Amino acid sequence: MIRIEHLHKRFSKLAVLTDVSASFRAGQVIALIGPNGSGKTTLIKSILGMVKPSAGQIYFNDQPIGEQFEYRRQIGYMPQIGRYPDHMKISQVMAMMQNIRNQPAAAIDEDLYLAYDIAAIAHKPMHSLSGGTRQKISAILAFMFRPEVLILDEPTAGLDPLASEILRNKILVEKQRGRLILITSHILNDLDELATDILYLHEGQVKCYDTLPNILQQTGQAKLSKAIAALMQAQSHSPAKMQNGQCTTKTVSHV
Amino acid sequence: MKNWLLISTMLMCQAANAGTIVVGGEKGLPSIKQGLALTKPGDTLLIKKGSWYVNNAIVDKKIVVQGEGWPVLHGADKYVILTVTGKGAVIRGLHFTNSGYSSMEERPALRIIDASEVVVEGNRFTHTYFGIHAANSHHFTIRNNTFQGVTRTEQTTGNGIHLWKCSHALIDGNTAAGHRDGIYFEFVTQSIVQNNRSHHNIRYGLHFMFSDNDSYTANAFHDNGAGVAVMFSKKVIMERNRFNNNWGPAAYGLLLKEISDSRILHNAFEQNTVGIYMEGANRIEVGYTSFRANGWAARVQASCAGNNFHHNNFHTNTFDIATNGTLVLNTFNGNYWDKYEGYDLNRDGVGDVPFHPVSLYSMLVERDPNSLLLLRSFMVGLLDKAEKAIPSLTPENLVDTLPFMKPIAL
Amino acid sequence: MFKLAKYVWYDILRSKVVIAYTAFLLTVSMSLFQLEADSGKALLSLLNIILLIVPLVSIIFATIHYYNSYEFIELMLSQPVSRTRILLSEYVGTAGSLTAAFLLGVGIPVLIYQPTATGMALLFTGSMLTIITCSLAFLVSVKAREKARGIGAALLCWFYFALLYDGLLLLLIFTFSDYPLEKVTLLLTSLNPIDLARIFLMLQLDISALMGYTGATYKVFFGSGWGLLYTAVILLAWAMIPLWMAIRRFRRKDL
Repeated sequence: MIRIEHLHKRFSKLAVLTDVSASFRAGQVIALIGPNGSGKTTLIKSILGMVKPSAGQIYFNDQPIGEQFEYRRQIGYMPQIGRYPDHMKISQVMAMMQNIRNQPAAAIDEDLYLAYDIAAIAHKPMHSLSGGTRQKISAILAFMFRPEVLILDEPTAGLDPLASEILRNKILVEKQRGRLILITSHILNDLDELATDILYLHEGQVKCYDTLPNILQQTGQAKLSKAIAALMQAQSHSPAKMQNGQCTTKTVSHV
Repeated sequence: MKNWLLISTMLMCQAANAGTIVVGGEKGLPSIKQGLALTKPGDTLLIKKGSWYVNNAIVDKKIVVQGEGWPVLHGADKYVILTVTGKGAVIRGLHFTNSGYSSMEERPALRIIDASEVVVEGNRFTHTYFGIHAANSHHFTIRNNTFQGVTRTEQTTGNGIHLWKCSHALIDGNTAAGHRDGIYFEFVTQSIVQNNRSHHNIRYGLHFMFSDNDSYTANAFHDNGAGVAVMFSKKVIMERNRFNNNWGPAAYGLLLKEISDSRILHNAFEQNTVGIYMEGANRIEVGYTSFRANGWAARVQASCAGNNFHHNNFHTNTFDIATNGTLVLNTFNGNYWDKYEGYDLNRDGVGDVPFHPVSLYSMLVERDPNSLLLLRSFMVGLLDKAEKAIPSLTPENLVDTLPFMKPIAL
Repeated sequence: MFKLAKYVWYDILRSKVVIAYTAFLLTVSMSLFQLEADSGKALLSLLNIILLIVPLVSIIFATIHYYNSYEFIELMLSQPVSRTRILLSEYVGTAGSLTAAFLLGVGIPVLIYQPTATGMALLFTGSMLTIITCSLAFLVSVKAREKARGIGAALLCWFYFALLYDGLLLLLIFTFSDYPLEKVTLLLTSLNPIDLARIFLMLQLDISALMGYTGATYKVFFGSGWGLLYTAVILLAWAMIPLWMAIRRFRRKDL
C-alpha cells in the first residue's frame, strides 16, 4: 500500500533520514520505534507529503506521491501535538473537516466522538482545551472518515488511562478491519497487543524491520518493551553486533 | 433687356426712397458687388438667404450691410471676402466661409482697414484663415460674432480676431475657436475686450503685445494650447476673466512677460499647468483671484519686482508659488492658502505664524523636472517637513505674514 | 477554493483586527471629508493614507495572520487538499478581507462625498496596494521560518517601498541630472508598486502639474490610455508574481 524507496531527508546539513526503504501492506500494524530524534516524525510527515524528500520516492498504491494530494483522502492522521485554529469551536472544527473531505454523513465514524462524549463540550473553543482533550479531538478526526491508512504519532501521549484504553480498543477494531496502521509511541506496552510489525529507526536509518514474533524470538524476550530495550542497547553499544545480530538488516523483509 | 432695365430702374427708385438695396431672393440683384455699387451713404444693403462667391467686395461708405437668413459669402478658398474701410459701415448677419489662405500676407475673411466707427456684429466665420483683420483703425466694434477656424499647424492657421495698430476698439461677446490665437492685439491701445469666449485655439486664447491701456473683462479662456499671453505692455486691466484647462509643458493660464503697472483682479484660474507665469513683470496687482487645481498657481521668476498678491484663494494647487531664485521683491501678504497649517489664537481670522508658499520640493522640481515624478511621495513629504523646521533652500522672504485662516469670499 | 477561504475569512473576522482597521479607515476618511471644506484636499490626505497606512497595515497584518494560521495550514496539509489551494485560500481570505475592510472604510465615504473618477481611482489603487502588499507579505512569510523574522522582513519591505526607494530615486535623479533619464525613471517607478500607484493617482489629482513636465515621453505616456493600461497591468503583475513565487516556495517547503 505504501512503499518507500531510498528515502533521504536532510534539513540543511543535518541528515534526518538516510536511505530509508520499507513497504507497508494493508492489515499491518507497524510500530515505528526509535530514540528521540531518530526521524520517526519526519518519516511520517514524508508519507503525508508535509516534508519533501531530499532524495528517494514514496509510493502510495504504486503511485509516486510527489505533489499529489488526493491519496490523503485514504489517510487518517493523528499528529503528535494537534494544533487547531484557536478561535474555532470543537463543533466547527468537526464540521469544517467534514466539509473539506466532503464525505456523506453516513460514512462518518462517530465511535470515538461518542465514546469521549465530545457532544457535551462541542461548544468550547479550541484554545480553551487541555492537551488531553485536543488529543481526543485529533484521534476523532483521524478515525472519522474511515480511512484505509491510519498514521498515529504518539497517540496516547497526554491521554488519561481511560481515554487511552478507549483509543487502544478503537485501534484494535480498525486492525480487525484490515487497515494499515502506523504508530509511533514511547509507551511500548501500548504497542504490545497492537503491533504486528516493528520498524526500528536509529539516526535516520532503518535498523530493523520485522514482524513482532520474529523480533521477540530473536531477542529472546517475551515482551516488546524488553525486546526493544535490548535492541536499543545493542545499537548504542555495538552497532556492528546489531548489524550481524538478532535483527537482520533485511529491511524489506515483507515485500 | 427692356424688362431688366425696367426692373433695375424700379429698384433704384425703391432704394432711393427707402434706402434699401436687395441682393438675392426672387427680386433682388444677382451680385453683392452690384448691390454695393448702387448704395449711397445711409442705405441698407439687404442680402437675402443664398450663397455667393465673393472676391473682396469693398464697403467704403456709411451703409448697413445686413444679411437675412444667413446668406453665405464664400471666398472660394482664395480671396478676402469683404473689405471695410472709411467711416461708419455696419456689417451684420452674414456667414463668411472659406476665405483664402496665404503664406505671404495675413489674409482674412473680413478686412477692416483705415476705418472708424465701424460695427461688425452677429456674423459667422467658418473655415477662415484669419477671421477679422483690423489695421490702422479706431473707434470700432466687433460684437457677438462666432469664429471657427480650421485647426492645422501654427503656421497655417490664422487668428480669429486680429488687430494691428488700432485704438478705441470694443471686442464684445465673440466666440473664437480653432484658430492660432483666438484674439490677437498688436499696438492696440485704449481698447476693451469683454464677454468673449476663446477656446481650443492652437496657441493662445488671447495674445497681445505692445498694447497699452487696454482692459480685458469677463472673458473665458479655456483649453487653448498655451493659454493667454500678455507681453510688452503696460497699464493693462484684467478683471473677472476665467482661465481654465490650459495644459502643457509651455502652457499657462496667463503668461505675463515684460508687463508693468497692471491690475489682475477677480479672475479665476482653474486646472492650468501654470496659473500665472510672470517674467519681467513689475508693479502688478493680483487680487481677489481664485487659483484652483493648477499645477503651479503662480510661477514668479526672479526678474519680477514690486508685484503684490493679496486676497487670493489658493486651493488644491500642486504647487502654490514657484520661483527660480532666492531674491524675492514681491509681496504675498493676506491670501488664503489651503496648505497653511498654522493657528489663530486671537481669533482675528489671520494666522499667527507666517506661511511660506514655496516648498523645498518645488525648488527641487525647478532644478530638475525629473523629480516631479516623486510628487506626493512620503519621501518628499518628509523633506518638506524638515525644510519647514529648518529653512535652508527656500527663499526666506517669500512669505505671507498675514495668511487668512478661511477662504476669502470672492 | 472558496470553501477553505471561507474558514480563513471567518478566522480573520473573529480576530477583530480587521474590524478595527475598517473602523479606523471609516473614521479617518469620514472626518477628513467633513473637516476639509474642500473635498479635493480631503482626497489628497486620503492619498497619503492609501500610500502609507494601507500598505503598512496590510503587509503586517497578512504576515502575522500567516504565522497565526500555521495550525490551520498544518491541519489542512494532512487532508486531501493541494498546497496551492491551501495557500491561495489563505491569500484570498486575507487579501479579500483586507480589501473589503478598505472598500468599506474608505469606499463608503468616497461614494458619499466624492463619487467621481478620482474617487474611483483612489479605491482602485487602494485595493490594488492591499492585494499587492498581501502578496509580498505571503512571499516573506513563506520564506522566513520564524514569526519575528517574518514580521521584521515585512516591515523592511514596507520601509523600502514606501520611503527608501524614493530617496534612492531622488538621489539618482540629481546625480545623473545631466543625462536623459525620462525612460529610466519611468522604468524605475514600475519597480515599486507604491510609486506606480502614486503616479496613477497623480494622473487624477495633479494632472495639471504633470502636464507641465517637459519630457515629451511622459506627456505622451501619461496622457494616453496606454499609460493607464500599463499601470494597471504592472500593478496586477505586482500582485501576481510575488504570490506565484510564494506558492512555488510553499509547494516545496517542509512543514
